[in-house]
Amino acid sequence: MIYSQILGTGGYLPERVMPNSELEQWVETSDVWIRERTGIESRHIAADDESCSDLALNAAQQALAASGISAEDVDLIILATSTPDQVFPSTATRLQQRLGVPAGTIAFDVSAACSGFIYALDIANRFIQTKGAKTALVIGAEIFSRILNWEDRGTCILFGDGAGAVVLGAADQPGIISTQLHADGRQESLLNVPWGVSQGYEALQGVHGKVTMKGNEVFKVAVRTLGQLVTDTLQTNGMENSDIDWLIPHQANIRIMEATAKKLNLPMERVVSTVATHGNTSAASIPLALNVAVRDGRIKRNDVLLLEAFGAGFTWGSALIRY
Amino acid sequence: MSSIEERVKKIVVEQLGVKEDEVTSEASFVDDLGADSLDTVELVMALEEEFECEIPDEEAEKITTVQQAIDYVNRHLDQ
Repeated sequence: MIYSQILGTGGYLPERVMPNSELEQWVETSDVWIRERTGIESRHIAADDESCSDLALNAAQQALAASGISAEDVDLIILATSTPDQVFPSTATRLQQRLGVPAGTIAFDVSAACSGFIYALDIANRFIQTKGAKTALVIGAEIFSRILNWEDRGTCILFGDGAGAVVLGAADQPGIISTQLHADGRQESLLNVPWGVSQGYEALQGVHGKVTMKGNEVFKVAVRTLGQLVTDTLQTNGMENSDIDWLIPHQANIRIMEATAKKLNLPMERVVSTVATHGNTSAASIPLALNVAVRDGRIKRNDVLLLEAFGAGFTWGSALIRY
Repeated sequence: MSSIEERVKKIVVEQLGVKEDEVTSEASFVDDLGADSLDTVELVMALEEEFECEIPDEEAEKITTVQQAIDYVNRHLDQ
């Protein structure tokens, strides 16, 4: 039996930091209001000439260096994003070329909004388990600042830009113990960018071509769904909450993260939280948080990690990992 | 078995982190008990769990005081 294991992690945040006080200047909001409802104090915003693949490249190079793996040894790239460089080809193929990953290897993007990284990780794990790949680069990279309506105080305060990456390698022990993916398109209108390439392309540039969200309703569904998801994940694997060393949630909102931790009876000291300084970086948030906690020494080899995400679609999913 | 009023008030105390004596029937979640919009969403979710019911969003918006929550539950349990 072949399993996959995280060999190393990497992350990249654009240089520019936007504190809440900057947002106060153009939308009616306040630092206190934002912090109390979301836990966010600041976020990083990409420079005008930075693209999704620029962010991904930095995170990927760091993950490769941490793993002691050369780009030439990578045979699969899966990149999760909702904000790709171009309509086509995928950002993953652009990254393959820029990184120097050999021609002929597999590279593609995955679109599952804020759950994108869990989707990408699940797929990469299956490739490795079925001998379709040996060494995979799994990335979440987003420039949400480009699809925000900066006049909508309900959404523009929430998001930030960034990229996170992990290198997965084949191993004879897990590694990735289990993954769960889910989707339900029935409540799509609660959180979306309602226009795209084949529908209202011309509207994309206007204010209506940006992220829309019914915040309170999404909050309710997210809290309930994630509570069920983490309970299911433990049950399916015959594990108890005390078996979890670290909960690494999608960093949407500290209040959602607290509710999920409460459901698991896990103290917040066991939750990796980067939302205060990263904001919600969509598909990048989980690998970024993982990378922070690996590098500051909190996460150690053999620790059991529970990753979970909920995002537009709706999509949601979890990954249980022995690091 | 506690009365509905006691159960509702207990949930309000737990969810909003306020003292029992502050939770009078007339108390407004936002104006008197310091709740924000997400607190009220969580409060409604806790009521739904405690009383095993689904409170539609348009009904939930009308529940702004402790008494309105008690009344909603009473009406619902009568059905």
